[in-house]
Amino acid sequence: MTDPQLDWIEAALTAARPQAIGALLRYFRNLDTAEEAFQEACLRALKHWRQNGPPRDPAAWLIFVGRNVGIDAARRRGCEEALPPDAVISDLDDAEAALAERLEDAHYRDDILRLLFICCHPDLPATQQVAVALRIVSGLSVAQIARAFLVSESAMEQRITRAKRAIAEAGVPFETPGAVERADRLAAVAAMIYLVFNEGYSASSGEAPVRAPLCEEAIRLARLLLRLFPSEPEIMGLTALLLLQHARASARFDADGQIVLLDDQDRDLWNRDLIGEALALIDKAMRHDRPAPYQVQAAIAALHARAARPQDTDWAQIDRLYAALERMQPSPVVTLNRAVAVAKLRGPAAALEMIEPLAPRLSGYFHFFGVKGALLMQLGRAEEARLAFGRAIALANTAAEAAHIRMHLDRLIRDSAPDGQARATP
Amino acid sequence: MLYAIFCYNDEDVVFSWSKEQDDAVMAKLDVAHQKLARNGKLGPAVRLMPTTAATTVRKNQDPPLVIDGPFAETKEQLLGFYVVDCSSLEEAVDFTGDLARANPGGAYEIRPVRLYLPGSEMK
Repeated sequence: MTDPQLDWIEAALTAARPQAIGALLRYFRNLDTAEEAFQEACLRALKHWRQNGPPRDPAAWLIFVGRNVGIDAARRRGCEEALPPDAVISDLDDAEAALAERLEDAHYRDDILRLLFICCHPDLPATQQVAVALRIVSGLSVAQIARAFLVSESAMEQRITRAKRAIAEAGVPFETPGAVERADRLAAVAAMIYLVFNEGYSASSGEAPVRAPLCEEAIRLARLLLRLFPSEPEIMGLTALLLLQHARASARFDADGQIVLLDDQDRDLWNRDLIGEALALIDKAMRHDRPAPYQVQAAIAALHARAARPQDTDWAQIDRLYAALERMQPSPVVTLNRAVAVAKLRGPAAALEMIEPLAPRLSGYFHFFGVKGALLMQLGRAEEARLAFGRAIALANTAAEAAHIRMHLDRLIRDSAPDGQARATP
Repeated sequence: MLYAIFCYNDEDVVFSWSKEQDDAVMAKLDVAHQKLARNGKLGPAVRLMPTTAATTVRKNQDPPLVIDGPFAETKEQLLGFYVVDCSSLEEAVDFTGDLARANPGGAYEIRPVRLYLPGSEMK
């Protein structure tokens, strides 16, 4: 039996975490101290909230208690060490004033943005950015993160320790950011949240149960960011994009763990709540008339979500949106995706012509050969299709990807068998 | 007497529920709903999307100003509401007690209804 009160407290602690650690980081200017103070405040919350009920504002409670805890710890260290950190303590003395300041909400937007932003340090490889954000901002345990990344706990512990050291050495930017800097931070944080999502989304079916929480965490962070910056159409677009991708989670693999392509998915399995929320956000974003990559990608995903059946998909509009995306963010991968829409609109020959020039840049890209093979197959060029599929299998990132292509290959072999032989097979 | 019951909770908590948690809460709430519904006392009930999906229209100017986000920034957000027909405030308070046991955290605001228009059937 789970204790509903305890569940609620745990959920409230998780929800308050970014704001509370963000504020404690501003006070203590040291990530370790802020994390320790928050940890101690959580332990006290578990005791106090169970006895006295939840406070009106859990984040403010945790910041207030965490601050006092941190100051006490600094004082104790001050007694033990020869040189007391006067500069730190004198700056932190009036806890009541700090609470009042917090209640004005003047800082908390930048506190949370700062906390997210320090995880996006450009020297950190993408996977480390994601790991450290999950540890610091989301509060996942090292063991949980290690499971999600399919590595050992000690390897993940090391990775996070290294990343935190790099962050500490880089120096956390504490001044309130100007408008341009804030926009830069916002873009970096949005990209990091997208990475968190992709870590979960790119999981194969076997891994999905342990990695899907990353998608949910990314959505939680995106909604948090959107609450802080409610009028940013790109953050609406990002949130909508993640919601739309995640809405299809239960339809993306079949019972055997095989990949199910969009056209073949059971659309009844799509999560209509998430789709509805995403469509509402896209509507809001469009009013701003400032299209940008996340919004365009969300709009493309929305056209798929709106189609009751695959044949209802508005491919012409998808083609136009990909063309817009190509202009904003030229990339061979975008063109490859556009070719899929072009194949539906103008046939496989036109699409093939479109992707041929991409070959030198996508020679190591699984999806390039998957799409190319499928187009050649549609054109009846079986031998070339077989070569492309063979290449795709060699480049597959997961067993499910390889199995999916093998299914096409099997069909090719079956179809190209001599007439009599094919009919002889039951 | 008709009452509107507004449900406030921390949306970050509520929208972080897993599907299983969400289903479990909804099933427990349904028991509370049935108690009123059996006696024909449960009117329309609405569950809202997160405040990030909200748009506020300020009508103190012409044309009105359209702003992204909810009308009020609050610690706990308006996440849904009921219309119920209760014989007394006591009965409405009892109903919120049942709701609170099914779904702890947050607050309910009970407001007597002044005008109730059931509206048309929506297609």
